[in-house]
Amino acid sequence: MTLTTDHSRAVADGAHTHGAVKPEGSRAERRTSFSLDEIPVPHGREEEWRFSPADRLQPLFQADLGTTGVTVEVTPAPEVTVETVGRDDARLGTAGKPGDRTAVTAWNGFEQATVVTVPAEAVATGVTSVRVEGVAKDATATHVLVRAERHSQAIVVLDHAGDATLTETVEIVVEDGAHLTVVSVQDWADGAVHASSHRARLGRDAKLKHVVVTFGGDVVRITPDAEFTGTGGEVEMVGLYFADNDQHQEHRLFVDHAVPDCTSRVTYKGALQGSGAHTVWVGDVLIRANAENTDTYELNRNLVLTDGARADSVPNLEIETGEIAGAGHASATGRFDDEQLFYLQARGIPEVEARRLVVRGFFAELIQEIGVAEVEERLLASIDAELEKSMSVITGAPAVEAPTA
Amino acid sequence: MPTLEIRDLHVSVETKEGPKPILRGVDLTIASGETHAIMGPNGSGKSTLASALAGHPKYTVTSGTVTLDGEDLLAMTVDERARAGLFLAMQYPVEVSGVSVANFLRTAKTAIDGQAPALRTWGKEVRGAMENLRMDTSFAERSVNEGFSGGEKKRHEILQMELFKPRFAILDETDSGLDVDALRIVSEGVNRAKDNTDVGVLLITHYTRILRYIKPDFVHVFVDGKIAEEGGPELADRLEEEGYDKYLGAGAVSA
Repeated sequence: MTLTTDHSRAVADGAHTHGAVKPEGSRAERRTSFSLDEIPVPHGREEEWRFSPADRLQPLFQADLGTTGVTVEVTPAPEVTVETVGRDDARLGTAGKPGDRTAVTAWNGFEQATVVTVPAEAVATGVTSVRVEGVAKDATATHVLVRAERHSQAIVVLDHAGDATLTETVEIVVEDGAHLTVVSVQDWADGAVHASSHRARLGRDAKLKHVVVTFGGDVVRITPDAEFTGTGGEVEMVGLYFADNDQHQEHRLFVDHAVPDCTSRVTYKGALQGSGAHTVWVGDVLIRANAENTDTYELNRNLVLTDGARADSVPNLEIETGEIAGAGHASATGRFDDEQLFYLQARGIPEVEARRLVVRGFFAELIQEIGVAEVEERLLASIDAELEKSMSVITGAPAVEAPTA
Repeated sequence: MPTLEIRDLHVSVETKEGPKPILRGVDLTIASGETHAIMGPNGSGKSTLASALAGHPKYTVTSGTVTLDGEDLLAMTVDERARAGLFLAMQYPVEVSGVSVANFLRTAKTAIDGQAPALRTWGKEVRGAMENLRMDTSFAERSVNEGFSGGEKKRHEILQMELFKPRFAILDETDSGLDVDALRIVSEGVNRAKDNTDVGVLLITHYTRILRYIKPDFVHVFVDGKIAEEGGPELADRLEEEGYDKYLGAGAVSA
């Protein structure tokens, strides 16, 4: 067993890191429920809301949500089927239960769910695209279920664009032996408020690559949960975010190692710029008493590009058995490295270009791991567009509005 | 003929206790094609001279002038100095994660020349230069300086010197930490650059052994922030015999 903790570079100005507050009790004791009554409207000081702008999320805490604020459009790979089903469909609600208020309002608020199914043993020959487009500001609930039946393989990309006030459930069921990649891109317009509960359940020898990319919107709060239900499962969770002035981007992950012989890898990287830019990353990993031979590692890195931005980073690792293969986490939040800039500038590269190189480099490894070429290209373009905003501060040129990717 | 001219240069470094003077009046003129060795004990300010010339933000020039071919170098930003033809091979090259050597070299070459190098010849040139420095071709795909050994970092610095073709190159203790083989390979690279481009070289070193491979035209002994003695190559031989004791014993020796 190896247990590693690397906090050597964990603290920068305005950054708070791991260990500030220990959640009460075990993550296993957190209440989960489909009932609105059992998960009441938070007052904002609860562990799971303490970093969040609860006032800006208020509309999504309400019980009476509409369903017309977004449209959901799916372009499936040839092998993949798409259905729109009612609330009573038995396939819904099988991947865990809601764990916080916006998740429970999402579950109770939707009327029709979008079900994307990769049939057993099918290997999808293309990317399946799910486009969630904000069309009105009314507080809205929506539900998407992605099912990879046994021994199937597919890549599903969810795109969020436009302006919306949305609470969303993304259920992900990866049956025995299936290999599924789910990418969720939050490229909202300014003003959007988005809460999303991703709940994944993995069967025996199932593999899930779960990718979250957050650029746009005023408030985005994603809570991906992954639960292993059979041995030999593997989950890789990758996240990339870029927060500007007054944007709040929060990613709270929970990996539940409930059975033996499973592997999880979590890598989230973020960049922040501008006053009021706030990112939160919380990574909870629970290794239950019977989850022997678990192998887990989680990493969060934040790059603070300008003054006035704040990154919170809280990895939590709970281990209830000594019989594990490995468990570790690392968290680091740092400022731009002046020595890197000097090195690049000393090679004739102007400051703006040097900063762009460093930030692209910071994300590059992660982007290459996504493994979906069209998503990778779009991300690099989005990162460049984001950088143009902070570069204008350096060059004195007027800010260029980021083109939507 | 292009010259790098340093006149009465005073440089301070910021510390918690306020600015601390490091360089106390450096005078030095380097012409194209010349190789000047600066030797001196640790802490004498040799590396500060290198970093200050390149424009490192940690150092403040409090008085004096530096001109490159008559242009005021000190008025230029770090990248402008590089584009004006100054190159610094760093003592501790910095890692840049996620930026490949190939991408870095092309970006820097484009910035220095003001136009992208011709695709067809550039690749060949890079491969050839890497081969000469006994660098494996897989190097091009690695992140800049990330996981490089000490010797690999120094080869990568000299690779840049060969490819960027600066008018003046400062080599800041390029020899430190190198074994004999690596020292020879790196020195050959410097000599190739000298043969091919008429570059003026300011070679900063603590030891004399690199001077067996790179022949200096002039040797300057640096003590307590300024040049204490100057001479030809024979001065290096004397230092090899006598060390720096004579300069240190009685405190600073005025030049």
